[in-house]
Amino acid sequence: MSGDNVWIIGVSMTPFKRYKDKDLIDLASEACIAALDDAGATVKDMDILASGNLYEANAGVGQRIQKQIGQTGIPVYNVSNACATGATAFRTVYMAIKAGEAEMGLAVGSEQMGKMGMLGAGRQARKEELVYEPSGRYGAVMGTEGILGTNLMPGTFAQAGMEYAYEHGGVGFEQFAKVAEKNHAHSVLNPLAQYRKQFSLDEIMGGEVIAYPNTLLMCCPTGDGAAAAVLVSEEKLRSLPAEVQRRAVKVSASVMTSDPYVDGGQVNFDVNTLTRRAADKAYAIAGVDPKDLDLVELHDCFATAELLHYDNLRLCEPGAAGEWIDKRGPWRDGEIPVNVSGGLLSKGHPLGATGIANIFEVSTHLRGEAGDRQIDGAKVGLTHVIGLGSACAIHILERAAS
Amino acid sequence: MAQQIPMVDYLVLGDEPHLVANKCESCGSLFFDRRNACASCGGRSFARVDIPPTGKVRSFTIVHRAAPGVPAPFVSAVIDLDGGGKVKANIVGVEPVPEKITLGMPVKLATFVAGTDSKGIEAVAFGFAPA
Repeated sequence: MSGDNVWIIGVSMTPFKRYKDKDLIDLASEACIAALDDAGATVKDMDILASGNLYEANAGVGQRIQKQIGQTGIPVYNVSNACATGATAFRTVYMAIKAGEAEMGLAVGSEQMGKMGMLGAGRQARKEELVYEPSGRYGAVMGTEGILGTNLMPGTFAQAGMEYAYEHGGVGFEQFAKVAEKNHAHSVLNPLAQYRKQFSLDEIMGGEVIAYPNTLLMCCPTGDGAAAAVLVSEEKLRSLPAEVQRRAVKVSASVMTSDPYVDGGQVNFDVNTLTRRAADKAYAIAGVDPKDLDLVELHDCFATAELLHYDNLRLCEPGAAGEWIDKRGPWRDGEIPVNVSGGLLSKGHPLGATGIANIFEVSTHLRGEAGDRQIDGAKVGLTHVIGLGSACAIHILERAAS
Repeated sequence: MAQQIPMVDYLVLGDEPHLVANKCESCGSLFFDRRNACASCGGRSFARVDIPPTGKVRSFTIVHRAAPGVPAPFVSAVIDLDGGGKVKANIVGVEPVPEKITLGMPVKLATFVAGTDSKGIEAVAFGFAPA
């Protein structure tokens, strides 16, 4: 065991739902305190705090959390990186420990979205007096959404999915719908999920079409929640109680990428290349083969997105994502269980919290503490998030050798 | 006939409406907006080039729940342009149902009036229709 690993010793998430009586800082602080308690640590042990949030990104969320849980004067990094925000906060603490700047640190991701509808859809106020004037980088005289195609999330990810269908056989509406069938079925076992209801394939395919092939049940909901993790250096870990060491989860790889130039990336964001690059790098760093994975939590913001990532993360044979879902490869009793939490589709997707919530999920399985939804004997897991624009974070986690 | 202006500056109107792009003189990458340097190779000189008005449907979605004020359903697609490059636009002149749209379907550029301002000036947008 090399001496410079970074370990998770505490991790938590609030239930994801819509909170009427709690605000963002309540949720984030609850997640932080739960993670500290889980670690057997206090805020005074923390050398760094990284806080991920999107909708209040300019409002000092990390420092506001400190007012609730302890103002110890440590450096705070407020980070924002689209849907990879939580993972970015996690990796900020990871890097500080790797760099020797900190021994122990706290990462938190939080979001309060409520029932906000489609992201970006409600901001096109119509003026009474209209005078066309070219503006912006494309010299547009009016809003282009819906006239020059769609760039809203359901359609963007629908087009990403259909591109895969174009390039590879065996993928259509039904294969995409099967992803949602699986994740909703999985969610029934997860008490922290926003929705816990199983649906038949017919119900999913027959539901309201949002952006074909994504129907309502193939789109993740908006919601509120927070997740947090306590990270520690290997050297520090060895000084902690045996029980803390036994439950510790090793961060075997922590990788971030952005979207490299590809033809077409300017018209529909490419979510594939950066995921492939991050995955390949993570597998190499961790010395882990995709076949070794006991579970994966990946970024299923839409059912069409999940299918792509089977291939991008090398979970299936190249080009065979459709075939893999057809043979139930990603079901919890399949070859490599994917999104046993219910995924973003059912667990929910409070943007800033997601990238730590998936680390919570995998860590909880690796510790053997996932209750009804436990994947028995889980030793190695992978988490993946994508923020459009784009940012990808992949973490490979391993259970402590016992 | 009402005065018309293109809805975006990379659409050129006239007898043969077409798109224009900034082409990197080093690697040939195409951009519909201005770039300080090429996102692909870092080259700093660009030439304005005309884009052929034909291509193939690379990907599509049929939007039923649209942004407020946007008529739905409509078809949005990524088009593989003949001669290189990709563009996003609506598919027009076809019923917005999955059965009528095929991946790989040949299409050609078509213009339409997207709106009229208070002075009576028409904004002309582009889409792609089955070729």
